[in-house]
Amino acid sequence: MSKELIRLSGLTMTFEDGETILNGINLYINDQEFLTLLGPSGCGKTTTLRIIGGFLTPTSGDVFFDGKRINDLPPHQRKINTVFQRYALFPHLDVYDNIAFGLRLSKIPEAEVDDRVTEMLETVSLRGFENRRVTSLSGGQQQRVAIARALVNRPKVLLLDEPLGALDLRLRKDMQVELKRIQQAMGITFVYVTHDQEEALTMSDTVVVMDKGRIQQIGTPQDIYNEPKNAFVADFIGESNILDGIMREDLLVEFFGRKFVCVDKGFAPNEPVDVVIRPEDIDIVAPDQGHLCGTVSAITFKGVHFDIIVDFKGFKWLIQSTDYQPVGTKIGIRLNPEDIHVMKKSEYSGQFGDYSSYSAEYDEIAEGGEDEE
Amino acid sequence: MKNKLLSAPYLVWMVIFTIIPLGVVFYYALTDSLTGHFTLANLAGMGTYLPIILRSIWLAFLAALICLVIGYPVAYCIAQASPTRQRFYSMLVMLPMCMSFLLRTLAWVSLLEDTGIINNFLRLIGLTPLPLIRNNGAVVLGMVYNYLPYMILPLYTVIMKIDRRLVEAAQDLGCNSAKVFQKVILPLSVPGIISGITMVFVPAVSTFYISQKLGSPGTTLIGDVIESQFKAAYNPNLGAAMSLFLMVLIFLCVGAMNRFSGTDGEEGLMAP
Repeated sequence: MSKELIRLSGLTMTFEDGETILNGINLYINDQEFLTLLGPSGCGKTTTLRIIGGFLTPTSGDVFFDGKRINDLPPHQRKINTVFQRYALFPHLDVYDNIAFGLRLSKIPEAEVDDRVTEMLETVSLRGFENRRVTSLSGGQQQRVAIARALVNRPKVLLLDEPLGALDLRLRKDMQVELKRIQQAMGITFVYVTHDQEEALTMSDTVVVMDKGRIQQIGTPQDIYNEPKNAFVADFIGESNILDGIMREDLLVEFFGRKFVCVDKGFAPNEPVDVVIRPEDIDIVAPDQGHLCGTVSAITFKGVHFDIIVDFKGFKWLIQSTDYQPVGTKIGIRLNPEDIHVMKKSEYSGQFGDYSSYSAEYDEIAEGGEDEE
Repeated sequence: MKNKLLSAPYLVWMVIFTIIPLGVVFYYALTDSLTGHFTLANLAGMGTYLPIILRSIWLAFLAALICLVIGYPVAYCIAQASPTRQRFYSMLVMLPMCMSFLLRTLAWVSLLEDTGIINNFLRLIGLTPLPLIRNNGAVVLGMVYNYLPYMILPLYTVIMKIDRRLVEAAQDLGCNSAKVFQKVILPLSVPGIISGITMVFVPAVSTFYISQKLGSPGTTLIGDVIESQFKAAYNPNLGAAMSLFLMVLIFLCVGAMNRFSGTDGEEGLMAP
């Protein structure tokens, strides 16, 4: 798990029209790791993947594979296979021949090709589909053929470019579990690109959050969720209330004119900071028992919980609770030290985490993050 | 119902100018020129023309093959060019088609004939003139020259539509450039090859003008024979029988080639 397999060092990518897609990407990927590149459309995650695959040459910076620089190695000489966005299956070949494509190219005896293709069809639950034309398959089936076609070559690394993007929610959930199982069973390094934060958190060992051609944060799913580095990460991964605060001293932060005990330290005294409070961490109590007191201004039923918008002196918070609170109710909230997460100010400060524009627009904002690339 | 009405003008056109004339061809082909009674004599009488029919097929096939060999690389290069260049190049390919077919063939005559431009030039620099005209080679050349655009355009259309990501997928799975071409590009351009060959072969096999101008009595094609039945020899019944035979032959050829192309039915463009 600990051996380094791929290293990206100072990658930049500038296209002919002068647009900078990647700006100083430094990243290492360990053997047998499930690493996810996560970010909104145009953040550079697909470009990074295509550079690893060999389909793009970086403007500057180096790509190392197993310690060797591979910038100029063409794709067909890399021990890397790709599951392409929308699959790119060969329409003139049937399922079997699609999967056997790579093996036959490397001149593997036909008997072994047959064994490995059959085994792979088993793995992706497509036995009996050998002679079907790929154009006659459903999206989910095509997707599994694409995975089988790549994995049958036993690559060191599998690159996956939004492989579940075209599937419906139910199928996507099943395939997430399935992919993780395959990855662990075969011991292959997965580099996975997605804009879906839930997918990233569910499947990955390591999540790399990207925006505007830069890496914003690298960490385990729990790190990324619980300890976001800046307002962008906090907002992109889950819902967050982000407030202006001042770090009075270690373990003590002030916001809304009130000092709170927190678990963060290492800031300069009186340093202005961003404070993140996750909507599900907030406890609703009676108004006289709360640290802060506000008025419910909207409530939406979400299935598992209610989304409650609470007005604190004009700044609106999102609180998620399983208890119904009628609009207009005065409520108090309590914050435990571990519910408060303090971040350094960044270029993203002030752009995210305010729910004042909630209501109708809220759904649009939520969908905005899921744009297809 | 409304949509069907839209095709009415064409249906009327087709009945008057295709179905009825076809019926007339059938009628003539299967009746005696004097008595007007049903007979198979016209069809049977074609036996003597078998060598001409075979030569027509052979020369047309040769022309289609040469068009493919010349046209494929051209179509491939055009399809790889930038969109603006693609438009420019395909315009260049189509440019000769704007000129009269007769004129283009006559131009070749003045190039190739014994006292033509090429031979005059050869004489000028002291070489022996070459027998460039009145042979099979000249006829095939005329066919290739006239029908090449009909090969390039369908090939270009099909190659251009091949998904770039399939090329990347093939590279990803271990193909170098030659293998990408052999395993992906070529198989996926088969529909274009089939329609290209069809669109060259069909008009070439029935041409008469090219062979008259560039060929000799020894290179007469079936089209020439049919023409002469309606003009010089005046035996429309035999001419009709030959047309019928040629039509069936073309259908068989086109059908056989479409069978080659596999199961998808979208291709198989038939030329008039």
